[in-house]
Amino acid sequence: MLTFTIRRLVLAVPTLLFISFAIFMLLQLAPGDPMAQVPLTVPPEVKQQMREALGLGQPPLVQYWKWLVQVLWIEPKILIDWLTQDSWLLGWLPDTNLYQNELRVISWQTRSPVMDIVIQRIPQTLWVVALAYVVGVLIAIPIGVYSAYRQYSVFDQAGTFVTMIGFSIPPFFTGPLLIVIFSVQLGWLPSIYDTTHVVNDWASFKIQLQQMIMPVMVLALQTTAQISRYMRASMLDNLNMDYVRTARAKGMSEAVVVTVHVLRNSMIPVITVIALGVPSIFGGAIITENVFKVNGIGQLLITALFANDLPMVMTLTFIFAFLIVAFNLIADILYGVLDPRIRYD
Amino acid sequence: MTEPATTDAQAIAALQDKGPLAPPRSQWLDIWDQLKRHKGAMIGGFFLIFITLAVLVGPYIWTLDPQKLDIRNKDLRPIYTAIWDGTAKTAWGHPFGTDNLGRDQLAQMLAGGRASMAVGWAAMLLSLLIGTAVGVAAGYFRRLDGPLMRLTDLFLSLPILPLLLVAVTLFRQPLRANFGPEGGMFVLIVTIIGITSWMPTARIVRGDILTLKEREFILAARSIGTTSWKTITRHLLPNVLSPIMVSATLGLATAIITESALSFLGVGFPSDFPTWGKMLADAVPRMVDFPERVILPGTAISLTVLAVNYLGDGLRDALDPRMRGR
Repeated sequence: MLTFTIRRLVLAVPTLLFISFAIFMLLQLAPGDPMAQVPLTVPPEVKQQMREALGLGQPPLVQYWKWLVQVLWIEPKILIDWLTQDSWLLGWLPDTNLYQNELRVISWQTRSPVMDIVIQRIPQTLWVVALAYVVGVLIAIPIGVYSAYRQYSVFDQAGTFVTMIGFSIPPFFTGPLLIVIFSVQLGWLPSIYDTTHVVNDWASFKIQLQQMIMPVMVLALQTTAQISRYMRASMLDNLNMDYVRTARAKGMSEAVVVTVHVLRNSMIPVITVIALGVPSIFGGAIITENVFKVNGIGQLLITALFANDLPMVMTLTFIFAFLIVAFNLIADILYGVLDPRIRYD
Repeated sequence: MTEPATTDAQAIAALQDKGPLAPPRSQWLDIWDQLKRHKGAMIGGFFLIFITLAVLVGPYIWTLDPQKLDIRNKDLRPIYTAIWDGTAKTAWGHPFGTDNLGRDQLAQMLAGGRASMAVGWAAMLLSLLIGTAVGVAAGYFRRLDGPLMRLTDLFLSLPILPLLLVAVTLFRQPLRANFGPEGGMFVLIVTIIGITSWMPTARIVRGDILTLKEREFILAARSIGTTSWKTITRHLLPNVLSPIMVSATLGLATAIITESALSFLGVGFPSDFPTWGKMLADAVPRMVDFPERVILPGTAISLTVLAVNYLGDGLRDALDPRMRGR
């Protein structure tokens, strides 16, 4: 198991490097010019110098190498500095001063470090996306279990139908639909997610809850659809196994048979599916964030793309790729850990 | 114990079959029979045929130009709003109403459906082609298996939606210059969706080819000197047709949704070229006053995808021999 983990970890590094290289080369083809907004009165040679100040004068391979160094070497140094100085978790450690004012990845839009903006945006995305995922999983598992236990019952048929609808209705339709119903017609919930809202007492917590309900539900519908289907299939596989008959023959109650014996075994593949779905939910959040005006990282990517802010696009896409590779790895390892029958060696 | 049976010549003659009672049934007839019993698949299939026919033939029946601006008749409501709101501006000439520039919504729905379905079918076919080619090559030729499957893994770990957005914004200008605004966007979107969605098909096909390759009929084919190409086209491909068909339906559904998502985010077709996703996105700012402009294209997308998904579900059951007869 350990050798498998190490082998996968070692394999993940070239994969990520290759993906980042491919994205970088793709972005090199971009027709846009970061100097397009500079007034025409600025002489061309000054513009050329400004371009070189942004690091554009170098050949692409050198640019890629510098980006790689900035993201994988300089940014971790800043993270470690922050951890040892300001964070409550490791703040008791002696201060490290690894960061010596080297150049970081700079956004062309704001001229501030890309990572600072990403860090500002991540909490919004995490609040909405992570909560939506948790809610979706929590709804999906009981539905899947009960659908499988009462296969072909009315509940099962209805569950399958709802799952199909969840698969089929895209978030850019459910989002506006919910806004029309709950914000416009009923006036219960705000249609725009207010990121500046500070939660400090019960009333403000209620407002935060209200503005989170709709984006969370839109995202959770898709999660629920997928996971309840996997859960149902996995339960159906296990319900006919011999050990279930044995458990029943021993005189165990149905509740114990289903929840302890069958559910625990059925969860093994479902947990890997849950782990595999985490990055894709970040991808789906791009649309949901756009609909509800949540200024998370998905919305950051869209605005950066339209503003031709290539360092930002590059870094964000790399973060998405990193999440996918990381969660693929986690899923594989979890599968081996949870199911002792699986041995990769 | 057993007494010698009194040979009743008449009875034995009656038991004998003169010939086969029914003509031999082909595999596809069995599949069709199974599919017929899946109610969702039948409804989905008929709806898909209906939508396809509507967007193909519709523009010849409803001949209004979807681009024609009729500013005097702008902001008409659909005809059915008159049922509960007698004062609503409606006209029989525009049964689905008109938008804020007076363009007929029914004509736009038909034209938009045409674009969405065309993108969906073309992207699905492209991804099937790539997926099947990669899957067959990886499954049949052992030397290609490793590299091709690593490639598939690599593609699977690409962030698809961000990459789609990046690619569409980057390549829009050059392709527009070469193929015209609509043609360039069509080529671009179809290619990009095709390139980024072939991986599941490739994996499934490879797995099936790997098991089929060890079967006796392939050995027999090889022993009489069949070439690899003939083995693949005559013996292997017909046998992996069913998983390919199932992933085709899934591919059609995802392609339609992806195209609409791109249009919704504003990186799809040019602004005067209607697609369902584009109509939905354009209608969102005014959806308080005109909710039908969001609901009509949204329902069209959702119902089409729902129909395709149900059809895929039924096909999966029908094509699986273990499920047949249940």
